Amino acid sequence: MDKDKLFVSSYAPYWHNGSSLSVKSYNIMLAALPAVILGITQYGAPALGVVAFSVSFAIFWELIMNYVMKRPVTIGDGNAALIGLLFAMLLPANTPWWVVLVGTFIAIVIGKQIFGGMGCNPLNPPLVAIAMLMLSWEAMLSFDEALVNYDLGFYMAYPLAALKHFGPDTLYHYSPGQLLMGQQAGAIGTTFGLGLIIGGIYLILRGFIRWEITLSFLTGVFVTSLLFYVSDPAAYAPPYFHLLTGYTLIGAFFLAPEDASSPVHFIPMLIYGACAGFLTVLIRNIGAFADGVVFAVLLVNVANPLFDKIRPKALGKGTDHA
Amino acid sequence: MTKKPFFGFGRPKLKHVRLDHLTQPEIKPIPLPARLTVFLHHAAEAKDLGIRSGTPVKTGEKLPYKGIGGYFVSPATGTIQGISENRTYTDRRFLAITIQVEGKDKWDPQFTEAAQSPGPETALDYLAFLPGISDFTSLISRDTPLHTLIINGTDPDLLILTNQLLMNASPEDIKAGLAHLSKVSGIDQVMVVVPPDLRTQAEKTGAEIRVAEPVYPHTLPRLLVPNLLNQPLPANRPLSDLRVGVISAEAVLALKTAFTDKTLPVEKVISVIDKENRVTCVRARIGTPVKDILGALKISTQQGDRIALGGPMTGQGVYSEDMPIMHDTDAIFVQDKRRVIPPSDSPCINCGECVRACPARLPVNMLVRLLENGLYEEAAQRYDLLSCVECGLCSYVCVMHIPVFHYMMLGKHELALREATEEFNG
Repeated sequence: MDKDKLFVSSYAPYWHNGSSLSVKSYNIMLAALPAVILGITQYGAPALGVVAFSVSFAIFWELIMNYVMKRPVTIGDGNAALIGLLFAMLLPANTPWWVVLVGTFIAIVIGKQIFGGMGCNPLNPPLVAIAMLMLSWEAMLSFDEALVNYDLGFYMAYPLAALKHFGPDTLYHYSPGQLLMGQQAGAIGTTFGLGLIIGGIYLILRGFIRWEITLSFLTGVFVTSLLFYVSDPAAYAPPYFHLLTGYTLIGAFFLAPEDASSPVHFIPMLIYGACAGFLTVLIRNIGAFADGVVFAVLLVNVANPLFDKIRPKALGKGTDHA
Repeated sequence: MTKKPFFGFGRPKLKHVRLDHLTQPEIKPIPLPARLTVFLHHAAEAKDLGIRSGTPVKTGEKLPYKGIGGYFVSPATGTIQGISENRTYTDRRFLAITIQVEGKDKWDPQFTEAAQSPGPETALDYLAFLPGISDFTSLISRDTPLHTLIINGTDPDLLILTNQLLMNASPEDIKAGLAHLSKVSGIDQVMVVVPPDLRTQAEKTGAEIRVAEPVYPHTLPRLLVPNLLNQPLPANRPLSDLRVGVISAEAVLALKTAFTDKTLPVEKVISVIDKENRVTCVRARIGTPVKDILGALKISTQQGDRIALGGPMTGQGVYSEDMPIMHDTDAIFVQDKRRVIPPSDSPCINCGECVRACPARLPVNMLVRLLENGLYEEAAQRYDLLSCVECGLCSYVCVMHIPVFHYMMLGKHELALREATEEFNG
């Protein structure tokens, strides 16, 4: 046998569809860019600072954890950068640097790495971080307080807080068109509804996120808020308002469909999304927080293993009762 | 065709190529090589064989050994040059018998006499190595007889065109083969399966025609047959549980040659897939080393390329060009080293692509976690590992390049070993 000419032998298949994690991460970041860029043009250098700082520190924490845990360096796969970007998108433009530092630490180290890294996190990392920050430094994450010095030419009260405190009477300040085009106070990357929708549809069409989760999440928000609205239009906001404000759209397209913390079978995906949507509106309308997306998604993240128990019968099962 | 389309959010769509994909419309004959190798999977030790180094053999000569089956057929005339005991990577023992070929074929007369009276006995005695089917005798000698034979005019894996080419080229010969087949097997009900474009040709066989969409993995027999019959096949049970047998169009043709020409078929038609995914069909003697076939087609290879016996999705990788083709090798797949995608040991990210792609509706995301940790029994009991139809799409779509299919097959192998040990220990 010719020992100088050996072939690579491995198990089939020998073809691959060419997908990879880095392509996936960078595409999700690309899809998030329109919303981020609008945020930066609105809020200027501080917003750019938060985004840049968040992405770089997410990568930094990931690298540190790679060395500490003696694992291969994984910053190249883009996942840490993506977590950093999504986390920054959820923050007000003038968040202090140390909040970003702590937040990225929570997202990468506590949200992802201590569970075993990529694919093992039971909760969505950016949401773990934002939830902890919301509970720890409420004032830092309150958009009305954080953005008090900004006047961008539209009504500068955070829509969900306005709804919470003053009821649906204040809603005449916000038209659906304004909300869609980013004419609302809020986090850096969550106000530009149209940008998020375009980015999200791009991700769905390219197969980077699961359309079932997005669709059922939005349906859940829509149906629940519609039920509330129909029951008492004077006390609750109409569905369009819930769909276009707060973290709803970024939640539907970027947070809820996160891979590790969401189910993979068809019916569980629908239940998962619908539950998240339902809880979101429930928290907004009845709960203590202005926005419900963060805790709603985290709660269904926890229930995810249960949802995934519902699965179709495998081929050839159910025909024999042995 | 190997890449995910730019926009794609459903299952992968892998269509089979049609006959016009062939580089040449006819089958190219490969000259008889100087040396042939026959692998014998049922014989474990050289002393089980009735022959040794230096024994002269004739083409079509039946050579006995102690073990299941009890014989093999020499594909050429020459002398036995060497017999070596080997192990596969799954630790199964097999013998490799090398034959030094000497010029022209001298045919052994035994089968010529036996073929005068075609029947099940003749088939059992001589046709265990019928080209195009892994074990022809298993169709005949059964405790519960089969009621239908399915003649497969489709090819299981992508880029293989062997059966389609033969179905297109010689439906009349297949018709003659079917007559012999029913005589040998005693089964009258026959169904021919072809892709849509071969329907007209297949009708010339006179049998009942069924059309199968040429989309992978639905051309794999385990999916194809239950679909055709509209009967579910219980997990991990052989196709014969549906009381049907599957035989390729090529095997039917070989049967016809055997009984019409009264010589044992010793040649195999193979689709050779080159580095640019072009396909050429060749006719080579069973036992011809891959090197000789690639040489005749001027396909050059180098260290680090990949060669598989079979198609790109399910073929079996080999590490040397000296490996021979066997009587049930459908294709040779050659891949340039620049296109070899190494598997990775990254963890699963739970993206769900494999679950979407799996035709058996398996929770692949859970299975891969269990199998990575050696929890094979739990994988089978709680997550239906044994329902796997072995198509390889899970590895094909894996974003993390995890060798998912390899894990699945390892799990099945380990479970089979444990079952065998338990039976042995009683």
